[in-house]
Amino acid sequence: MYVSHLQLADYRSYESAYLELEPGISTFVGPNGQGKTNLVEAIGYVATLGSHRVATDAPLVRRGAERAIVRAAVVRGDQRALVELEITPGRANRARLNRSPVPRPREVLGVLRTVLFAPEDLALVKGDPGERRRFLDELLVARAPRFAGVRSDYERVLKQRNALLKSASARYFRQRAEPDLSTLDVWDEHLAAAGAELLAARLALVAELQPLVAKAYGELTSSGGPPALHYRSSAAPDEGHLPADRAALAELLRGALSEARPQELQRGVSLTGPHRDDLQLRLADLPAKGYASQGEAWSYALALRLSGFELLRADGDDPVLILDDVFAELDAERRRRLAEHVRTAEQVLVSAAVPGDVPEELVGTRFRVGEGRVERE
Amino acid sequence: MYEGAVQNLIDELGRLPGVGPKSAQRIAFHLLAAETADVKRLVHALVEVKERVRFCSVCGNVAEEEQCRICRDPRRDAAVICVVEESKDVVAIERTREFRGRYHVLGGAISPIEGVGPDDLRIRELMARLSDGQITELILATDPNLEGEATATYLARLVKPMGLKVTRLASGLPVGGDLEYADEVTLGRAFEGRRSLEL
Ligand SMILES: Nc1ncnc2c1ncn2[C@@H]1O[C@H](COP(=O)(O)OP(=O)(O)OP(=O)(O)O)[C@@H](O)[C@H]1O
Ligand SMILES: [Mg+2]
Ligand SMILES: [Zn+2]
Repeated sequence: MYVSHLQLADYRSYESAYLELEPGISTFVGPNGQGKTNLVEAIGYVATLGSHRVATDAPLVRRGAERAIVRAAVVRGDQRALVELEITPGRANRARLNRSPVPRPREVLGVLRTVLFAPEDLALVKGDPGERRRFLDELLVARAPRFAGVRSDYERVLKQRNALLKSASARYFRQRAEPDLSTLDVWDEHLAAAGAELLAARLALVAELQPLVAKAYGELTSSGGPPALHYRSSAAPDEGHLPADRAALAELLRGALSEARPQELQRGVSLTGPHRDDLQLRLADLPAKGYASQGEAWSYALALRLSGFELLRADGDDPVLILDDVFAELDAERRRRLAEHVRTAEQVLVSAAVPGDVPEELVGTRFRVGEGRVERE
Repeated sequence: MYEGAVQNLIDELGRLPGVGPKSAQRIAFHLLAAETADVKRLVHALVEVKERVRFCSVCGNVAEEEQCRICRDPRRDAAVICVVEESKDVVAIERTREFRGRYHVLGGAISPIEGVGPDDLRIRELMARLSDGQITELILATDPNLEGEATATYLARLVKPMGLKVTRLASGLPVGGDLEYADEVTLGRAFEGRRSLEL
């Protein structure tokens, strides 16, 4: 698939922008702070309904404006689709698909699929577990949009359960009153059911990623390998083997919840479940976080993204590949190998502050970005 | 900010569900420009609803007498109770004409985020109704969203020792939504295909 048109209004630094794109490679060049990342971030937003840089929507709306609009036309085989998003911080976003409003924005998920490489990716290796959970969950949603529903159901249960734990623990501490636990049982049940669905999907995904990551890593560097992925569930603290089917996972979660209950009541938060899990990245049997060199960590992060790309590609058609300023971070050899890998994607969008950082074979059509405008060279 | 009375009206309107500050302002100025007679009619309707309408002492549905029309109707099946969140769900289910029993309106659903627990709903009243042994089936028709499901699970567990038949509306209702927005055919079919809850 590829993006054929992109239109922005009051998005980040753009008051308005319009550009036509083609399949193949396009490069956005321009000095720092001119809006290159803003552009590709907007495309990523259409695919994931989130930014790779910030967790909230407020920074996406141009300073002084009330809402931002992103409009993208996507071509997939002989089909065209037009996605329009209206981003209003503090309110529910609105979406239109082929000019008709959809009841919920998440219904446009799946129309555009992207894999985005960015300097922030180093956090996949060096950052908190939340970064890696997000990597897995976003890949699940890109492969099957229904997981957006699974994920938000889980988050909703978690929020309700945390609210209950919080009020129960406050009551306990203030008045020494026994908390009413009859409704907590109900939320445990829902948490186990929703959590097991998410957990099962993540485990299956990790199993599929493992060989792809090993292969991609080996192609990028000969240093430090081989990489191995270990999913660490908060419900099974000792590296126990996790069951694969949902019923057994729900049982596991139920057990962990009842074990954690006294502590949860004391602290007033949910301490076990997929929201507390981690995907441990290992390199030559040591955790990459804390042991890997800078170069190895970069190769690992790229290998994870490339594996995501390979999975989506194997599902049917190429996602749009976005490389935001990543070449600046890599040595000449890794640049060349990465370029080799991604060249064949149906559409590749590259941004760079220093044009010379972009390997020859990835230059393609050049766009100059500056002073709030984007112009084709 | 507007002067006294106008701002007052905007503030009051803004407290209504679904009315944001902009709509509140628009409605306020609409009322300001309207004929006095029209405004008086609105005021009368508001006062009347507070004075005349009450909640049925049996089921909690809106009523104009001590009991609602459905609880007073001797042709309704006294052995089956359908539990819903709000009075407007009663209206939605009545439209399907699938149900001939009686209702119980909870007044909401369990939602710790909003500080709503079982004690804030009309659950004690429901238990009292069930204790007389006349009722044989309880249909849990809370909304098909997380809070509705959690409330249904809670109730099913609570009444389990009583040994009644407990059923939940069949799936097919739009998940995550409100019962009142389901169309008649979908809701009617969900009633037809209700299934027993196993716990
Ligand atoms: N909500 C906003 N309103 C107005 N301007 C914004 C907003 N958000 C970001 N900007 C501006 O956009 C610019 C950054 O754009 P962007 O991150 O796309 O730069 P870039 O071209 O990718 O630069 P670099 O080469 O340094 O990565 C900054 O000058 C920033 O002040
Ligand atoms: Mg940038
Ligand atoms: Zn009644």
